[in-house]
Amino acid sequence: MSPGTATPLVQNLDMVLEPPVRRDVPTETAPDPAFRISGLSTWYGKAQALRDLTLDLPKNRVTAIIGPSGCGKSTLLRCLNRMNDLVPSFRATGEIFYHGDDINSDKADPVMLRRQIGMVFQKANPFPKSIFENVAFGPRINGYRKDLGALVEHTLRRAYLWDEVKDKLHASGLALSGGQQQRLCIARALAVSPDVLLMDEPCSALDPIATYRIEELIRDLAKDYTIVIVTHNMQQASRISDRTAFLLSGEERVGELVEYDVTDTIFTTPRDKRTEAYITGRFG
Amino acid sequence: MILGSLGRARVYDRLFAGLCLGATALAIGILALLLVKIFADGVPTLTLSFLTSYPSRFPAEAGIRAAILGTLWLIGLTAAIAVPTGIAAAVWLEEYAPRNNFLARLIETNIANLAGVPSIIYGLLGLGLFVRILQLERSVIAGALTMSLLVLPIIVISGREALRAVPRSQRDAAYAMGATRSQVVSRIVLPAAYGGTLTGVILALSRAIGETAPLITIGALTFIAFDPDGLLSPFTVLPIQIFNWISRPQSGFHDIAASAIVVLIVTLLFMNALAVVVRDRAQRRLRG
Repeated sequence: MSPGTATPLVQNLDMVLEPPVRRDVPTETAPDPAFRISGLSTWYGKAQALRDLTLDLPKNRVTAIIGPSGCGKSTLLRCLNRMNDLVPSFRATGEIFYHGDDINSDKADPVMLRRQIGMVFQKANPFPKSIFENVAFGPRINGYRKDLGALVEHTLRRAYLWDEVKDKLHASGLALSGGQQQRLCIARALAVSPDVLLMDEPCSALDPIATYRIEELIRDLAKDYTIVIVTHNMQQASRISDRTAFLLSGEERVGELVEYDVTDTIFTTPRDKRTEAYITGRFG
Repeated sequence: MILGSLGRARVYDRLFAGLCLGATALAIGILALLLVKIFADGVPTLTLSFLTSYPSRFPAEAGIRAAILGTLWLIGLTAAIAVPTGIAAAVWLEEYAPRNNFLARLIETNIANLAGVPSIIYGLLGLGLFVRILQLERSVIAGALTMSLLVLPIIVISGREALRAVPRSQRDAAYAMGATRSQVVSRIVLPAAYGGTLTGVILALSRAIGETAPLITIGALTFIAFDPDGLLSPFTVLPIQIFNWISRPQSGFHDIAASAIVVLIVTLLFMNALAVVVRDRAQRRLRG
């Protein structure tokens, strides 16, 4: 389905239940990493959240982070764009390189970093402004002086939202449905042409049809963007991701990386017993 | 057994509800009585020439032109001083001050206490600081500065509440877009907190309109038969004019005092109603 053909949204439910076609990429040959994470440990106050994570996140691929609640998936995601800096008690050791640059070095500016790394949250959080102004927010704060109208249209088309909203660009973003709001948030993040999209359980509040639309969008965006997605939904991880990282926290509630591999391998022949137990639904 | 067992409890229940209703009725009844009496006394002498005349020795010729203009000057200046200062202070405390920082907590506690200080104390401060030390005399600017001190804590507290009510997710969204802190505050947080802040501002200013004690303390209780013409002009305001007329022995002055009270009450009710409307509209806007 191309971005222009929005209606009818879904012909029947069978189509929804059928997973989107997996893009045939040679995931076995390791692409250039967008992120190199090395020895990452984090704390909120005295409570440790992550212990000694080391993994590379490939460029222009979808990497899924899965694991039960409280295993530190979101913490890991928020380390990548330094959103945790906003939490006063947060502390981290170890290194994260983004295209070779240490993002936590004194020279790195979190504001610059976040302009290259877009983020989509669990609950759609459009600003209480018009659809147009939501998308234009990023370009405006970046001092974009060219044709905003064209940029907004291009971005909304990219997020599969244009046909649904083109006649009401000046209506409030909050008047859209949940799935549309989430696609608006994706459009808002795309409007500043980031390299990376971080997604924190973007479909957890959506119905299956809206989820299907977003998954389809994610697969399409993976051609141009590096996507890291946290998800509770293992079927979702297996449908849309190229690689999957499985995080688990033990007795002392500190998240560790149990297994990280090509998604097919994780879901068919996992090496670790705990991964197998989790993906077969024996816990979590 | 379900019959009769609750008899006694039910009597207490009714008694309690009756007491609460009685207390409410008493409060509303007294207010209604007051309003009826004031309107009955004041409306007959409330004429156009009453609104446009200067005060006079003769009740029939006296009016509240100087008091209305003085009130407008005072409230305009108070708003110009206290609103930007109060909102800026609220933004600093809520968005910039480090959490659990000793200085920020000290300031917070003090602002909460300042909101409860009797207004005549602010009058004494204004008299000492603005009238004497800064030698502003009994001018409208000295009155406005004193009133600003009085309403500042109200604006800061309501401003902080409005800022705190802006959801975390809105800030997260803006920060994740690569907005700087000042961009997050000016483009996302302040617009979202606009309704709550404006409500607080309107209520603070309507308090300033009704205040008399601090202005009497700084010496604004004078006979003014001209329009204020600048920051250093002497002035009078509606509550002072009312106070002045009520303290006269002649009953003619008591009637026109009632007329002035009608003007003041209508103004205050209008401002409070405006605050309610602004708050409702802002809440609807946030919900979409």
